[in-house]
Formats: sequence, structure tokens, C-alpha cells
Amino acid sequence: MNVLIENIDLILVGFLTTLRLLVFGGIGAMVLGLLVATMRISPVASLRGFATAYTELFRNIPLTLIFFFMVFVLPLINPKLPPYEVLAAVALAVYTSPFVAEALRSGINGVPVGQAEAARSIGLAFGQTLTLIVLPQAVRMVIPPLINVFIALTKNTSVAGGFFVVELFATAQRLANNNGNAVIPILIGVAFFYLLITVPLGLIAGQVEKRVRVAR
Amino acid sequence: MTAQATVLYDAPGPKARARSRVISVVGGVVLAGLLAWVVYRLAIPQVAANGAETPPILDPTRWTPLAEPQVWMQIAKGAGATLGAAAVAMVGALLLAVLLAFGRLAASPLIRVPIAIVLEFFRGMPVLLMMLFILLVASTGAFVAVVVALIVYNGAILGEALRAGMLSLNKGQREAGLSIGLTPIRTRMLIELPQAFTQMLPIIMAQLVVLLKDTSLGYIVGYYELLRTVKNLSTFFGNYYMFTFWLVVAVIYLAINVLVSWLGRRAARAVAAKRA
Repeated sequence: MNVLIENIDLILVGFLTTLRLLVFGGIGAMVLGLLVATMRISPVASLRGFATAYTELFRNIPLTLIFFFMVFVLPLINPKLPPYEVLAAVALAVYTSPFVAEALRSGINGVPVGQAEAARSIGLAFGQTLTLIVLPQAVRMVIPPLINVFIALTKNTSVAGGFFVVELFATAQRLANNNGNAVIPILIGVAFFYLLITVPLGLIAGQVEKRVRVAR
Repeated sequence: MTAQATVLYDAPGPKARARSRVISVVGGVVLAGLLAWVVYRLAIPQVAANGAETPPILDPTRWTPLAEPQVWMQIAKGAGATLGAAAVAMVGALLLAVLLAFGRLAASPLIRVPIAIVLEFFRGMPVLLMMLFILLVASTGAFVAVVVALIVYNGAILGEALRAGMLSLNKGQREAGLSIGLTPIRTRMLIELPQAFTQMLPIIMAQLVVLLKDTSLGYIVGYYELLRTVKNLSTFFGNYYMFTFWLVVAVIYLAINVLVSWLGRRAARAVAAKRA
């Protein structure tokens, strides 16, 4: 217990790094995911094909492999690279984006066909149908799965700790190595900080899900 | 394309088809340009940070190690380690998931509440932290740490999926089981679990792919798996060949995961067709 209190500054620095990875990785994943999801439902075949390939590619490659590429392989191709933390955020964004895209797409597909049909029958075009009728409904259904994607992202930030970013996991590893007699409190303390993010997010997801279900 | 998506827009007429073709071509050109740039970047000589120039990534000399059977032996060994850990963890996670789902649905709060708390704890922390925990506290080998962490973490997630599946069943299923004289446990095992399992099959298969990918975390805690092979081969042959090894392993992962996903989708469809 004392170890935790003595090193609380280190742990907080690690926690802030984890939060930064989460925020920037999350924003990047949202932007990429939105782009890919739009391509995936668009009427243009080549964009659809690209979006499908992108989703399959990055959903089926382990995050560790992407990190490995960013940190070890990329410098061989281009030595002028930003700091590791930026590379880590990019890796997280790329890895998470297909999951965001799939969540968005399933939300759009989850809107009853009659809604789109009604919109079409009163003469709305593709863009109008999407922005006025389908998306407002899809957004509510999309939020719970999207939160789950971000919970997974929170936990995935720990992989950055294995690739030279000193975030929460790397801090735990260092503290545990330096204080061999207090490994259990250190690891539980660090796990607590992860739960500090993931548990509230999970509760919000559950609440939203309940509210949406009542609405229908 | 599914009927779902086409309801968003008309069957394209000649004008829309022409426009779609134009966007298709423009989009295709942009994407091809992007790809061409990547290939170009790989095909020009590489300049290191100290200004030294080395042959391009696509230069044939960078691919020579792939001609050696020893290299493929190492890669096969790594792939075997990855698949072995994944297989053990998959079986373990499914068994644990059944136990946890039963525990969370138990009549007695003495069982239900602690299991709910433990589940929340395991689902909310990174697998990697769990691996480190097991490695340091139980001082097991890396294989045990990787497998046990994957079992606990994925067992917790799959357990929740199974529980949700059982809760979504018609109440009459359980009542029918009990009324023909099955014990509550046998009702769960014989009536509810199989239905929950088939219903949740898509989610379960998706999670098993996640598990398979997560075995690569073993790289960080020192388990000798597929990604570690890349690092070791690059140490042995030199970083000159690292991209080559990385690409080979990425393709292997991709092939395995696409195959498992595809099998999962097929199984889910077969089950859905049988139930309909």
C-alpha cells in the first residue's frame, strides 16, 4: 500500500498518458471509422469495395503487430518519425477504426426499413434520407456498441506500454520490478485506475441501452 | 448489397449510373495513387537517420532469407506456439464462461453478487495487465501466464454473452424443463445453454477471433510466439530483413483470422437456418 502512496505521482503521470492515448486514439478512430462507414454504405461500388477491404484487413491483424510495425519497421522506411506516443495513438486509431465503422454500420442497418421507405416515399434523396431520418435514429442505437468499442480501446492502450510509451501498464511494470515485495498492491492499484475509466463507461452504455429500448 | 442498404437509394438510373461510374473512377484513381505512393516509397533506396543509403525495401536482396527452410521452420514454430496457446485458451474460456454464466444466474445472492463483482473487475482491466500479474505473482512460465489471462478475461466476456443469451430465452423454456422433472442445473445445461449458445454464436466467434489476436500480447510478456519470431529472426539476420519477416507474419495472422471469421459466419448462418 505504501508503495502506491509513495509513487502516486508516477502512477498519475502514467494515467494521464493513458488518457491522452485514449482521447487522441479515440478521436482518430472516430474520424477514420466515420469515413469508412460512409464509404461502406455509399452507392459507389469502388468505395464500398475499399471500405470492406480496409475493415477486413485491420480487424484481422493483431494490435501488437500494428504497434510493432509503427515502432520497429516504419523507422527503417522513414527515420524522421514523431515521438512514440504519437505513433501509439496512430496505431490505436487505425486498429480501432474498423470496429467503429462496423458499430456505425450496424446501427444504420438496425433502423427499420420502413423508416427509410417512408422517407423515400415522401421524396427525400439519399443524402436527406440519411441525415434527416436514418442517422438521428441510428445514433441512439449506435452509442452503446460505440461505448463498448471505447472500453476496448481503453484496455488496448496498455499495449503501448510494451512499445516504449510510459503509460499506466509500463508504470506498473516498472514499479513492480523495483518493488518485488509489493507486486500485488501495485498491480491492483493500477487495475483500479483502468476500472476508473471502463466501469463508468460500461454503466453509461447500460443506461443508454435501457433508455433506447424503452423508446421503441 | 443487402436490401437494407438499397432501400436508402433508388436503383440507379442512367444518369446516376454515369455519376457513380465517375466517382468510382475518381475514387479508384485516388486509392490507386495512394497505393502507388506506398509502393514507390518502398521501391526507392532507404535513407537511414545517419544519411546512410540502403537498397529499397522491395529490393530482391531483402527477401533472400525466405529461401532458407530454417526460417520457415522458425516461423512454423512461432505459428504453432500462437495456435497452441489460442486453442487451449479458447477451450478454457468457453468452459469458464459456462460456469460464470451459471454463477451469475444462481438463485442465491451469496453466489450471484460476488461473481458479478469479480466479472466486472476482470472485464474492466487489460488482458496485458492480467498477464503481467500472473507472471509476477504466480511466477509461472510465460505460456501459463498468457493462457490463464486469456481464459479469465475472455471467460468473463463470453460468460456475459451466454448470460444475456439465456436471459433472452422465453421463460417457458425453463419452466418446461423444470416441469418435466429436470433439476434446475440440468434444465440450464440441457435446455437453456444450448439455445443461448446458438443464439450468441456470432458474438462468441467474434470474441474467439479477439482471443486469437490477443495471443500476440505474449510478445510483450516474453512468450515465444509468432511476433517474437519476427523479432528474433530480425536479430539473427539483421534489421535489413525486418520488413520481410513482418509482412510474412502479418499475412499468416490475416489468413488465420479471416479463416476463423469466415468459419464463424458460416456456422452462425447454418445454425440460424436450422432454427428458422
